[in-house]
Amino acid sequence: MATTAKVPPRGTLAARADLKASPYLFVSPYFLLFALFGLFPLGFTLWVSLYNWKLAGDKTYVGLHNYRFLLGDDGFWGAVTNTLGMFVMATVPQLVLALLLANALNRRMRGRLALRMGVLLPMVTSVVAVAIVFSQLFSHQYGMINWLLSLLGVDRIDWTAGKLPSWTAISAMVDWRWTGYNAIIYLAAMQTIPSDLYEAAALDGASPRRQFWHITVPQLKPVIVFTVFISTMGGLMLFAEPMMFGDGRLDGGSRGDFQTISLYIVQAFRERNNYGMAAAAAWLLFLLIMIVALVNYLLVNRVRGTK
Amino acid sequence: MNRHAPTRLWSASPLTRLALLVALVLSVWPLYWMVVIASRDTSAASQVPPPFLPGGNLGTNVRRALADESSHLLTGLGNSIVVSGTVTLAVVVISSLAGFAFARLRFAGRTGLLVVVLLTMMVPLQQIGIIPLYIAMVQLNWVNTMQAVILPFLVNGFGIFLMRQYTVQAVPNELIEAARMDGASTWRIYLSVVLPAVRPGIAVLALLTFMQNWNEFLWPLVVLQPDNPTVQVAIRGLSQSNHGQDYSMIFTGTLLSIVPLVVVFAAFGRQIVGGLMEGAVKA
Repeated sequence: MATTAKVPPRGTLAARADLKASPYLFVSPYFLLFALFGLFPLGFTLWVSLYNWKLAGDKTYVGLHNYRFLLGDDGFWGAVTNTLGMFVMATVPQLVLALLLANALNRRMRGRLALRMGVLLPMVTSVVAVAIVFSQLFSHQYGMINWLLSLLGVDRIDWTAGKLPSWTAISAMVDWRWTGYNAIIYLAAMQTIPSDLYEAAALDGASPRRQFWHITVPQLKPVIVFTVFISTMGGLMLFAEPMMFGDGRLDGGSRGDFQTISLYIVQAFRERNNYGMAAAAAWLLFLLIMIVALVNYLLVNRVRGTK
Repeated sequence: MNRHAPTRLWSASPLTRLALLVALVLSVWPLYWMVVIASRDTSAASQVPPPFLPGGNLGTNVRRALADESSHLLTGLGNSIVVSGTVTLAVVVISSLAGFAFARLRFAGRTGLLVVVLLTMMVPLQQIGIIPLYIAMVQLNWVNTMQAVILPFLVNGFGIFLMRQYTVQAVPNELIEAARMDGASTWRIYLSVVLPAVRPGIAVLALLTFMQNWNEFLWPLVVLQPDNPTVQVAIRGLSQSNHGQDYSMIFTGTLLSIVPLVVVFAAFGRQIVGGLMEGAVKA
């Protein structure tokens, strides 16, 4: 009992059992649920993915056939391209804007709490609602975005046609929802940066802009890594926004321009009733998440290393 | 630059203030637009130029949206309150127990298990494992039931992480040792010492968990049927049903779907901001 040396030894068996067993009892609900609803489905997905498994439950072992099919399927690669494209289009501006917004919020002024709550408001809205409202704002005929563009003399854009327009519209939804959240997280971290760093820089005549890029941003690195990871997960699992943007369908537009991997999985699963194929796609998505997370990590580390 | 103030904050320049104002307008605009359309008649969404002020039709639209037979919006709202409420309660209990154990109890394997929690926090395994989960629900005859949309979301690594940080900060070791001297069992310490001390953390976790579950869409869409939806599935149904272009009714549905969140945010916004900021610093 070296670790509890400060506690006087207690004789009763019950007390000792309590000390030994309680920690495990206290963490066991989580790990039990995690095993049932996290680990088991992940492993079982791998198993299902090796079968030609149709709705009725009749299944035949096909080895890696589903994977081979997916890796040769233009539709799947299209979904991968769309997912990665939207991920980059949404995440990069989002985090840069969030940094600038946090920096702006980190000022002496009146109504700071109201401003913070205001930029956080989008996060509090429901995801399908946002997707529906934005789809209307981006609609071809009567959407407000096209109306504003027409005031500037720009022709109406059919936002659902083609990759670039549809990715832009969907990225806008994602960014609207999450920029404020990331800004609040950056703001919190900014307030822990020791002020003598800024005082020293100010004495050396560094402008606020220089101080931002040379002190604030490097100091925020751990938090930036955190937000990059969170955004990666959200970006690669993107589902509700592209689904609602495509009128609630799973095909991501008539030519699949904005079908994400998650949409592809659910389409294989629900519309084609091909469980094996959907499971294989889910595992490939899992691998993709791991790879992108690793690349993120290395990139962020590198950027920091060159400073 | 000669600043003697104890704070290092610059005061905001006019340009910064303008930028913040723009950010604020952009943040609020889509929600305001939702209210404008939801309070007008069906033609409002196709007017050029668009209307900028709310109309007087909100009551009618609310009645129409709630009465819509294909989307079951009222059922969806009720289901979502039950589901999000249950998940929130369970996650708070599970997370505060485990958070206490990871923060203040000593046991073999503690570090290893904590690393597992942190890893699970990163990947939404429920979404990757959606096919087996669905097969299991079919086997259990749980398709279209509330337990099917509750149980998978009880796995919440973030909650444990958050509660561990709060417990480390709010419950000093001495307090626990003193309670042990008095002969309190670990369970009693959890109830009488830890729980009261981490109440602010629990509030933040509860709010975030509720909001997150209110927004779950993919899994409920897969495992529930249109007659028994959650709110997200119901408003998707509303936008799908025969009134494709009836935006005043669809937007009324979306407005109703965010009312509980806005109420929560209005009441606890300060705590949410504070909690997010605190959580971020600790991460």
